[in-house]
Amino acid sequence: MEIPYTISTRPDTGLWNAKVGIWLFLASEVMLFGGLFSAYIFLRLDAPPGIWPHGLLNVPVGTMNTAILIMSSVTVVLAWASLKMRRYRAYWWYMLATISCGVIFLVVKLAYEWPQKFDHFGAYIKPEALGKYEQYLGNEYAAAKGLPPRLEITGHLHNRAALNDPKIKEYEVALDPLNAEPTNPAMDRPHFFPLPFTDKIATLEKEDVERATMFLPTHSAYFASYFTITGLHGMHVLGGVLVFIYMWLPVSKKLYQRNPEHLANRVEVSGLFWHFVDLIWIFVFPLFYLL
Amino acid sequence: MNNPPDISQDPKEYEEYAHGIQKHVRGYLMVGALLLTFTAVTVALSYVDFGTRKANIGIAMLVATLKAGAVAAVFMHLAAEKRLIYRILIFTGFFVLGLFWLIFLAWYDYPVFR
Repeated sequence: MEIPYTISTRPDTGLWNAKVGIWLFLASEVMLFGGLFSAYIFLRLDAPPGIWPHGLLNVPVGTMNTAILIMSSVTVVLAWASLKMRRYRAYWWYMLATISCGVIFLVVKLAYEWPQKFDHFGAYIKPEALGKYEQYLGNEYAAAKGLPPRLEITGHLHNRAALNDPKIKEYEVALDPLNAEPTNPAMDRPHFFPLPFTDKIATLEKEDVERATMFLPTHSAYFASYFTITGLHGMHVLGGVLVFIYMWLPVSKKLYQRNPEHLANRVEVSGLFWHFVDLIWIFVFPLFYLL
Repeated sequence: MNNPPDISQDPKEYEEYAHGIQKHVRGYLMVGALLLTFTAVTVALSYVDFGTRKANIGIAMLVATLKAGAVAAVFMHLAAEKRLIYRILIFTGFFVLGLFWLIFLAWYDYPVFR
C-alpha cells in the first residue's frame, strides 16, 4: 500500500500529511513539557526562603551545550536546504554535523554533568542547629546583606559510607567555597566558572542534620525537577539522533535516488522535532543553570 | 518554500531555484548567529543584579522567549505557514496557558510561605 500525500499536498489541508502529523505531535509535546514546567514553577514559588538552590550547576558547560544545540539546529536546516537543492554530498555532511552535535550534547550531559552531581554532597541543617554551624553558613552576615538564609552545607563527602551506615555518627565534608568562606563578599553570588572544593573539612554531626544526600533527585525539589526535565529532554535528543542516523545511512540514499523530495520532507519533519527540542532547552538553560 | 520543479533538466531554471534557497540559507545562518549572541547575553544578564530575583527571572524569560520566537518563526517556518498549522497552535497555546493558570490558582490556595 502506498502512503498518500508524502509529497503532494492534500487538497483539504493544503499540506502533505507528515507535516500535519508532526505539528499535532509537537502540540502534545508542548503539553507534556508544559506540565513539567508548571510543576517547576509551582515547586519554586512554594519553596521557603533559602531552600531553592542557586549556582549549583556548571554554567560554562551548560552554555557550551546550549551553543551546540543551537548549531545543530542550524546544520539540520542547512541539511534540509541542501536536499532541496539536490546536493546530497552537502546534505550528508550537514547531517553528520547534526548527529555529532546531538551526541556531544548527550555525552556532556550523561558522562560529565550528571556524574559530577552524583559526586556532590549536601546536608540541610536542622533549624535548631543552624547556630552551631554559623562558621560555615554565615547567616548573620547573609541577613545583614539581605541575602536568603543558608540552610545547607555542601561539598565533597569524604566518608561516603556515612550515608548508609547508622553506626557512623558524622559526615566529613571538604567544603564548597561558599561554606568555607561564608562571609566573603565574593561568595554572595555564584561564579561563572565553578570553584573547586576547598581543603577545609567540616564535621557535621548526623543528629544536627535534617537530611543529607548526594545531588540526586532525592536531594530537593530543585534536583528532582532538574533530573526529570533534563532527562526527558535528553531522551528527546537521543530520539532525534537515532532518526537522523537512519536518514544519514545508505538506506536513505536509496530513497533519495528514487524520490529526493520525499527524503527532503522526512528531513523537514524530523528537523521540526529537533528545533522543538532546541526550543525547550532555550527555557531549561536559564531556569536551571542561571536563575 | 515551495516544492522544486523537480529539479531540473534546465540548468538555468535550477540556478534560479537554488539561488532562492541560498537566500533562505543566509537567513538561517544569521538567525543561528543571533541565537548564539543572545545565549551569551542571557548568561551575562544573569550576573547583573536587577534588584530582585523576580526581575532577573523576568528578563531572562523575555530573552528566552525572543530566542524561542526566532527558532519557531525562521527554523520551523512559522513565519509563513498554512492556516491549519496556526489553528493547531492556537489550540495548543490556549490549553498550555490554561495549565499554567491552574497552577497559579492552586498556588493561591496554600499561602504557607507568602
